[in-house]
Amino acid sequence: MGIYELSAKELREKIKKKEISSEEVVKAFYKRIEEVEEKIHSFITLTKEEAIKRAKAVDGKIKNNEPVGELAGIPIAIKDNLCIQGTKTTCGSKILENYISPYDATVIKKLREADALFIGKTNMDEFAMGSSTETSYFGLTRNPHNLECIPGGSSGGSATAVAAKEVPLALGSDTGGSIRQPAGCCGIVGLKPTYGRVSRYGLVAFASSLDQIGPLARDVYDCALLLKIISGYDEKDSTSVNLPAPDYVGNLERKQEIKGLKVGLPKEYFVEGIDPEVGKAVKESAKILENLGAKIEEISLPHTEYAVATYYIIAPSEASANLARYDGVRYGYQALGTRHEGLDLVETYEKTRGEGFGAEVKRRIMLGTYALSAGYYDAYYLKALKVRTLIKQDFDEAFKKVDVILTPTAPTPAFKLGEKLDDPLKMYLSDIFTISANLAGIPGISIPCGYSKNNLPIGLQILGKPFAEETILKVAYIYEQSV
Amino acid sequence: MNYQSVIGLEVHTQLKTRSKLFCACSTEFGLPPNSNICPVCTGQPGVLPVLNKKAIEYAIRTAIALNCKIAERAIFARKNYFYPDLPKNYQISQYEMPLAEDGYLEILNAENAEISRRMQKKRIGIERVHLEEDAGKLLHAIGAQELDYSLVDFNRTGIPLLEIVSAPEIYSPEEAYIYLQTLKSILQYLEVSDCDMEKGSLRCDANVSVRPQNVASRFIGTLGIKTEIKNMNSFKALKEALTYEITRQIEVLESGEKIVQETRLWDADKGITQSMRSKEYAHDYRYFPEPDLVPLVLEKDFIEEIRKSLSELPTARKERFIKEYQLSEYDAGVLTAEKMLADYYEETINRLQITDYKLQIISKTTANWITTELLGRLNAENKTITESTVKPEDLAGLIKLIQEGIISGKIAKTVFEEMYKTGKKAEEIVKEKGLIQIADEKEIAKIVEEVLKENEPVVKEYKAGKERAIGALVGAVMKKTSGRANPQIVNKILKQKLEGEGK
Repeated sequence: MGIYELSAKELREKIKKKEISSEEVVKAFYKRIEEVEEKIHSFITLTKEEAIKRAKAVDGKIKNNEPVGELAGIPIAIKDNLCIQGTKTTCGSKILENYISPYDATVIKKLREADALFIGKTNMDEFAMGSSTETSYFGLTRNPHNLECIPGGSSGGSATAVAAKEVPLALGSDTGGSIRQPAGCCGIVGLKPTYGRVSRYGLVAFASSLDQIGPLARDVYDCALLLKIISGYDEKDSTSVNLPAPDYVGNLERKQEIKGLKVGLPKEYFVEGIDPEVGKAVKESAKILENLGAKIEEISLPHTEYAVATYYIIAPSEASANLARYDGVRYGYQALGTRHEGLDLVETYEKTRGEGFGAEVKRRIMLGTYALSAGYYDAYYLKALKVRTLIKQDFDEAFKKVDVILTPTAPTPAFKLGEKLDDPLKMYLSDIFTISANLAGIPGISIPCGYSKNNLPIGLQILGKPFAEETILKVAYIYEQSV
Repeated sequence: MNYQSVIGLEVHTQLKTRSKLFCACSTEFGLPPNSNICPVCTGQPGVLPVLNKKAIEYAIRTAIALNCKIAERAIFARKNYFYPDLPKNYQISQYEMPLAEDGYLEILNAENAEISRRMQKKRIGIERVHLEEDAGKLLHAIGAQELDYSLVDFNRTGIPLLEIVSAPEIYSPEEAYIYLQTLKSILQYLEVSDCDMEKGSLRCDANVSVRPQNVASRFIGTLGIKTEIKNMNSFKALKEALTYEITRQIEVLESGEKIVQETRLWDADKGITQSMRSKEYAHDYRYFPEPDLVPLVLEKDFIEEIRKSLSELPTARKERFIKEYQLSEYDAGVLTAEKMLADYYEETINRLQITDYKLQIISKTTANWITTELLGRLNAENKTITESTVKPEDLAGLIKLIQEGIISGKIAKTVFEEMYKTGKKAEEIVKEKGLIQIADEKEIAKIVEEVLKENEPVVKEYKAGKERAIGALVGAVMKKTSGRANPQIVNKILKQKLEGEGK
C-alpha cells in the first residue's frame, strides 16, 4: 500500500512511532501529485521546498524525542483564499495573481503549531463565488471520479486533492456550501463548522456573516482531527465565539451510540427537481440510521423556498464591500498603463477591476451594490436580513423536536463541466440544500452515501444545532462505520 | 430685508488613544510615512477589525460631558466609497444606532453681551456623537515640488475619530467660533484629544444657510437651502469662511437667484468659498451594519464608572475658582480656559502659605503674574503653558520673596524676566545679582541724606510747594540703590527728612 493511501490517522501513528519519516511521507505525496495533477489540476501553487524543509525539521524533533504537535508531519492542502505568510494567495483570481500574503491566517498558525506541513494552495472558484470551480482564473479542476464532471465548488481543488489522494487532509471555506457540496461531488467528507467556531482571520472575505473555514478529509475521523486543531476563539476575529472546543477526536474514539437519537427529514427538501437516485440514497441512509437505533421523523422548514434568494442578496451585498479593496493601489493587479496613460482615478479603478475580475465576480459585485443602494436597501438587503431570521427560526423550531437533520448535500450528483456555466441561476440552485445552514449559522457535514448509476458520488448532509459539531460527527462516524 | 444666518457644525476630533481604533498600531504623530501600519489598517486580504476599548471610553466620556443620551446598543456600519486614502474602500463608521444622541453644549453667547452687558448662557443642541476610523493622507507634492502622481501615507488610517454633530442652532460666525472654542476646551479637559487644528486632531466643517428675519419674531419659516463648507483649517478660517459664505448667500438671494445645495471649499488665500465642481457625483454610501463587528452593548455600570471618573469640567472649575479663590469672573475665565493653565494656577497657589486674611491678595497676585507676565511671554513665542520654563514651584518661590519683603514688586519683574530666560529659581537670581531689597531704615536714611545733599535744587522746588518733585528724589535714591530700596520706606524717610527740616 502506497504511503499516499494511508489516512491521516494512520500516518500520524506511523510517524510518531518512527515507522516512516515525515520527509518520506511528504515526498510520497508530491510523487502522487506529479502522477495525477495534470489530469485533475487541484493546485494553483505547490510549496514543495518549504514543505520538505518543515518535514525535515519535524523529523529532527521526533528523532530527538522532543514533543511534536498533533499533526506532526501530516501534509495538508490549503484553499487559495487562506493566507500563508510569504506564499501567494490568489483566491483563484487574476487580480491577486502575484499577491504574497504578509501574514499567516490564524488557522495556519494553529496548524504550524501542530507541526503540520503545507503542501500547496488549491484551486477554487474566483473569490469563492461559484459551485463548480469553473470560474477560476487558473483553469478548471476535474472530478477524479469522472474527468468530464465538475468537482463542485468553490473548494473544488481541496476536495479533489483529498479524493485523488494527493493529500490526506485539506482546508476549504464554506459560504453557501463550498465545502460540503464539493465533498459530496467528490465522495469525501467535508464539514462546515458553526459560524464563529473557527477564526476567520486570514480567510479572504467573501460574505463576512456567512464564511467559515472547515476541514475536508477521506473519513470522519480525519475530519474531526483537523477540526480539532483549527477550532477555537481568536481575539483577532470579533465574530469568533469564546466557547471551548470539545475534543472532537476523543469523542469518536469512545464507543458511541445513536439509540434514541432523533433525526429529522425536512419535507421541503424532498421535492421535484432532485435527482431520484439522490433522493433514494438519502432515504436509504435514513433507514440505516434507523436500524442503528435512531428515530426518523418528518419535519418542516417552511421558509426553505426563500433561502436561495435570501442568500443571493446578502452574500453579494457583503461581497461588494469586501471586494472593494481590490483596486491596484496597494497590492495586486494594476492595469497596464494606468500610471502613465493619464487616466484619472475613476478610470484607473475601472480598468484595473474590469480586467482583474472575472464575469461571475463582477456579476455579484453589481448585484450587491444594487441591493445596498439608496432606494433599494429596504426592499432587498434589509428584507433579506429579516427573512434570514425566519429561516434561522425554522431551524430553532425543528431542533426542539429533533437532534439532527438529514438532507441530500446537492440535488444532483456532479454535473458535466460547462453544463450550467451559461445559466447563473441554474448554477445558484445547486446550493439549495447547503445554503440554509450558512444563513442560520449551524454546522453541517457531508459524507458519501453511495453512487449514482454513472458512478458519481452522492453526498449525505447532516445538520446540527449551533456548536453541536460533536453530534453530527458522531452520527456521521457511526453511519460510516456501518456501511 | 434682514437675514438670519443658521449654522450647524460637524466636528471631527482624533482621540488620543495609544493605538488605532481597529488594530494595535501606534497613533504617534509625525513619524516617517507608512511606519505605523499593519495588515489590518492597510486593508490586506483576509484581515478583520477589533474594537479598541479605550476609544469607546473616551467617546462615552465626551458624550456624558455633552449631556447626551448614551445608546444601550450601538452598531458600526460600513460607509462605502472609493478613494486612495481609504484602504478598504469603505470606512467603518456609525449610521443608525450611533453611540450617543440628543445632547447639548452650553456656550457664553457673546452676541447678547451687547444687549445686556452680561454674558448670557446659551445651549446649542448636539444631534449625535459617533465613532469612526480616520483615512490616510494624500500628498500631491514633496515640499515645493508638484508631482504628477500622488503619494499615500497610511499612518493616519484607522486612528479613532469622534464625530460631533451640532444642531443648526448657531446663529453667527462669532457664535460658531465660541462653540468650537468651548468644545475644544471640554475635549482637552476630558483629556480625550489634543484638539490641535494644525496637526489635524481637530477638524470642522459647517452647514450654512440664511433665512429672512422678521424684526418682530426672530425668523420666518423653515431653514433656507444650505451649503456645506469645508477646508477651514483654523479658528480664524472658520470665522472668515462663515462670514464670507453668509454674505455670499444673501447676495445670491437678493439678486433673485436660489442657493445651490452644494459643497464649497474655503480658499484662505483668496478669501472666498468655491464650489467643488468636480466630476464627483453625489455619494450614495450604501451604509449597512458592519458584519465583522458585533453590536456594542453599553452596560449601565460601565457608563456609570466613566461618569464618576470624569474630572471637573471647565464651567464647574471656573465656578469653583470664583468661590474658592475669590477671583473675578474674568480672571477665573481666563485661567480655566485651558485645563493645563488651571492646573498650573492651582499648583502655584498650593505652594504658597495662605491665611484667610491674605487669600484674596495672594490669589489675585498669582493670577496677575500668570495672566500678564507669563502668558504674555508664552503667547509671544507661541508656546503653551506646559512649555513654560517657569514652573509652578518657581513662580510660587518668586511670589514668596515678594510677600516676605525680600524683593520689591518692581525688582520681582526683573527677576521674573531672568527666570523665564534661564529657568533659574528666584532665590538664585536674587542672590547672584544682589537684588535683595534694602529695608533697613538706617541704611536708607544714609542714602537719603546723600541724595538730598546732591539734589538741592529739587529739594528747593519741593519746599516751594511742588510736591511732585519728591518723585525725582525717590528716583535718585532708587538709582543709587540699583532699585533695591524698599519704595515705601524711601518715601517715608524722604518725607520725614524734607518736612522735618524746616528752613
